[in-house]
Amino acid sequence: MRNYILLLLIFCSIASMSQNCDNSLSGKVTDIHDGQSLVGVTLTIANTEQSIQTGLDGKFYFPKLCNDTYYIQVSHPYCLTKGYKVRVFGNTKKSFKLEHHVEELNQVTIEGKAFGENSKTVLESTLNKEDLERFSTGTLGNALNSLSGVSSLNTGNSVVKPIINGLHSSRVVIMNNGVRMEDQRWGVEHAPNIDINSIGNLTLIKGAAALQYSGDATGGIIILESPKVAVKDTIYGQTSISGISNGRGVLVNSKITKSNLNGWYSSFQGSLKRTGDTEAPNYLLSNTGVSERNASIKLGFNRFDYKIEAYYSIFKNQLGILRASHLGGAQDQVRAISSPTPLIINDFTYDLNAPRQDVTHHLGRIIAFKELGKHGKLSFQYDYQQNNRLEYDIRRGDDRDKAALDLELITHTVQSNFETNKSDVIHIKSGIIGRYQKNYPNPNTGIRRLIPDYTKYDLGIYAMIDTDISESLILEIGGRFDYTHMDVYKFYRNSFWESRNYDVIFPEIVVEEFGTQILTQPKLNFYNSSATLGTTYSFRDDYKLFFNYSLASRAPNPSELFSEGLHHSAARIELGDLRFNSEIGHKFAITLQKNNKNYSFSIQPYINTINDFIVIEPVDITETIRGNFQVWEFRQTNAQLIGVDIDASYPINEKLKLNHQFSLVKGYDRSRDKPLISMPPANFKNEIVYKNSEYNNFRISLQSNYVFRQNEFPNNNFDVYIPQTETYELVDFSTPPGAYHLLNFNSSIDFKTSKKTILTAGLEISNILNTSYRNYLSRLRLYADDLGRNFLLTLKLNY
Amino acid sequence: MKTVKFLSTTIFATALIFSCSSDDESTPEPVLEEEVITTMTITLQADGQADVILQTQDLDGDGPNLPVVTVSGDLSSNTNYSGSITLLNETEDPAENMTLEIEEEDLAHQFFYSVGSGLDAETDYNDADSEGNPLGLDFVLSANSASSGTITFTLRHEPNKPNMGLEDAGGETDIEATFNVSIQ
Repeated sequence: MRNYILLLLIFCSIASMSQNCDNSLSGKVTDIHDGQSLVGVTLTIANTEQSIQTGLDGKFYFPKLCNDTYYIQVSHPYCLTKGYKVRVFGNTKKSFKLEHHVEELNQVTIEGKAFGENSKTVLESTLNKEDLERFSTGTLGNALNSLSGVSSLNTGNSVVKPIINGLHSSRVVIMNNGVRMEDQRWGVEHAPNIDINSIGNLTLIKGAAALQYSGDATGGIIILESPKVAVKDTIYGQTSISGISNGRGVLVNSKITKSNLNGWYSSFQGSLKRTGDTEAPNYLLSNTGVSERNASIKLGFNRFDYKIEAYYSIFKNQLGILRASHLGGAQDQVRAISSPTPLIINDFTYDLNAPRQDVTHHLGRIIAFKELGKHGKLSFQYDYQQNNRLEYDIRRGDDRDKAALDLELITHTVQSNFETNKSDVIHIKSGIIGRYQKNYPNPNTGIRRLIPDYTKYDLGIYAMIDTDISESLILEIGGRFDYTHMDVYKFYRNSFWESRNYDVIFPEIVVEEFGTQILTQPKLNFYNSSATLGTTYSFRDDYKLFFNYSLASRAPNPSELFSEGLHHSAARIELGDLRFNSEIGHKFAITLQKNNKNYSFSIQPYINTINDFIVIEPVDITETIRGNFQVWEFRQTNAQLIGVDIDASYPINEKLKLNHQFSLVKGYDRSRDKPLISMPPANFKNEIVYKNSEYNNFRISLQSNYVFRQNEFPNNNFDVYIPQTETYELVDFSTPPGAYHLLNFNSSIDFKTSKKTILTAGLEISNILNTSYRNYLSRLRLYADDLGRNFLLTLKLNY
Repeated sequence: MKTVKFLSTTIFATALIFSCSSDDESTPEPVLEEEVITTMTITLQADGQADVILQTQDLDGDGPNLPVVTVSGDLSSNTNYSGSITLLNETEDPAENMTLEIEEEDLAHQFFYSVGSGLDAETDYNDADSEGNPLGLDFVLSANSASSGTITFTLRHEPNKPNMGLEDAGGETDIEATFNVSIQ
């Protein structure tokens, strides 16, 4: 194995003659996980076979090198051997990080990311396998919540939508194994269709700088990758079982990976989760159970200069929505909000009744990479996604058990990416992407289509260049262009069509008239440009200063364009607008980072100005035979979000460490000079972690999470007439709930059960004090408290 | 160059997928909602008196048009009227009688009557569901002295039964309509 890499390095390296050969290369080799110095690491320079070992402090020193590029192999008995390309200019310092402990776990990671680095001028936040495993019983949203600058928009505890720097839904792009998730993410009660147990690594990029993925991620990009597989003869796996007290549930997760030295590898993963009704501190939250079944399979062939991989995953999630949150009109809202406990509390059950969701997501991808030697690296990918979304409502008569919403979204994507090094210092990424998407709303629901029939075509092209201007300064520049065409069949009510004056503006799109409805065929085109420009400056060994400007353009989504009617789960009428154009975001972000073993921190202030920002807000109360409903209308405005994310960690000694996190974001509607709705309140997290790797990897942590009250919010309250009491009552759904403080505990310990197996036992307690609280960003906060104390016991066997 | 070749393949493949997808050009069918109640008609009858009809009709449901509320005439004082409620879905042709659906699911429905403070009148249930609790499609309205004010009809879906009235009935509001009436 090691020889292969050396061979490769020798192949790649270019023999060089140089005049000035009095330079040196020095640095340190550390463990990628805990930053500890690695002793006895062998560093070998290809071609010259000059070889040295690191000392007790993990440091190394190569004398007498020329101003040139060297290929260095870094190897250690307990780490995977890695090859690096290092440019020596004067006396150069360079540190290497190795993945330690891999031998013990029988797992080895290889390099070979789909896209190399995502963006060189934005600080990325990551969660590795170990971090992610702590969230195995939760959702993707819960894991993301642990990163600074991320909060979530919740509908109960099972629908957790990530908010990045104040933005969510269509403004957050999720890349699942290189595939952009197309899972109807426009709805606020639509959670990402991803099994957290299928992910091996999570990267978060705040903002749209990583143009190779998309140009419309005004909020940010979440990159999820399944665990990597090494080229060696091995088989390993993991099985875990967790008991969940709140919801009386269980999670079983298992994965197994087989790989061969000849390059073939395969892995399979599956998980099952079942919980019943969950509990707030003082009462049961009726109809909040979850049933989840997921599986994924990966098959691939990996050689040094090419790789082919096929991946398929299925995600099936059924979940109940709090029964007491389903309401008729405004009068019902008055009753529900003024009641201190939910209006409907039934006995505990595992049954999932209406209102409930049933979502199935299939994802398949085939990718091929080819190293073209000096020319660079080329990849080609095809992916297919099918998303079926069923929502069941409280209904009557023959329709009682029929879904109220039945959507099928099918997406095909082809793309090709090319990476090349123009010279030692210039690195270029480029690519082209084509996408075809079809949405089919099943008319058998007996309810008018919430999202119309449409076909959508996207064509995107991008290029990004980064260059090392000097040893310490990197410049990055990129551009992307996307063309989107939508061909839609939409039924409008005559009354709405005329009230909007569409009959005068768009007479040509009417296809057919059906009594009270008309069928129209809008054809929409969007031309979106996006760009990024940034620099990274490294100084004083361990400081880095990132600056990035990114321009993002997002075409309006089908819900923003075509909504027209009662949205049952929100008990409000929502109206879109056919005339919307793309929203354009300009984000400036600066990051100061210090990373060293004594302490590390990062400060990330940003300002995001979004023109033609699409926002939905209440405009009116309308009377229907069902009583009064509030009317919410989408409109375009100019918005601005200003915020800062701060992370700091400080090791008290080798075993004890403090972690701190603070996030603040302020959002304003600049056209109307008022705050934006649903902006995350300031959040302060402090954690103390004790970890003893000499004593069975014993880890224990206590986390305090203080969430401030959101003081800036638009006042959208309204009065509604209650005929029974002949009074006007205020419907107060704007006023945010108070601040709250939660304490969470987490512990785990490893036992070596045999030569090749490790058993990990974990205990987690969330909301230790059983605090009653309501979260401003939970859509159910008007009707019920959030989750009470929860014990989680996990047993995990690595083999 | 290889890159160019690969890129052109990509474009070609994209075009291929795009072109074969546009074959199934059939227009979607409209959805005629069957559960919708568009019209509630309340007929008040008393011996020797003209029938009084209270009606609310909302043909576009949650569309922008408001319900059309009509009251056919005044009530006579000191008269007991027998009232009956009919519900229709007029988005269908012919209109569907939704009263039957409420009768079928009588345990999951109940009407409530709220008499405004100005109106000197009382109401009482005149029917029951299969468990003996009121359903409220039939009722008695006692018009007392001459006065005027509002009367509101509320239909609750899945209320707690039995109940003391709207205060503890819970459930969801399926219909709520207020009429201005006078007793002469």
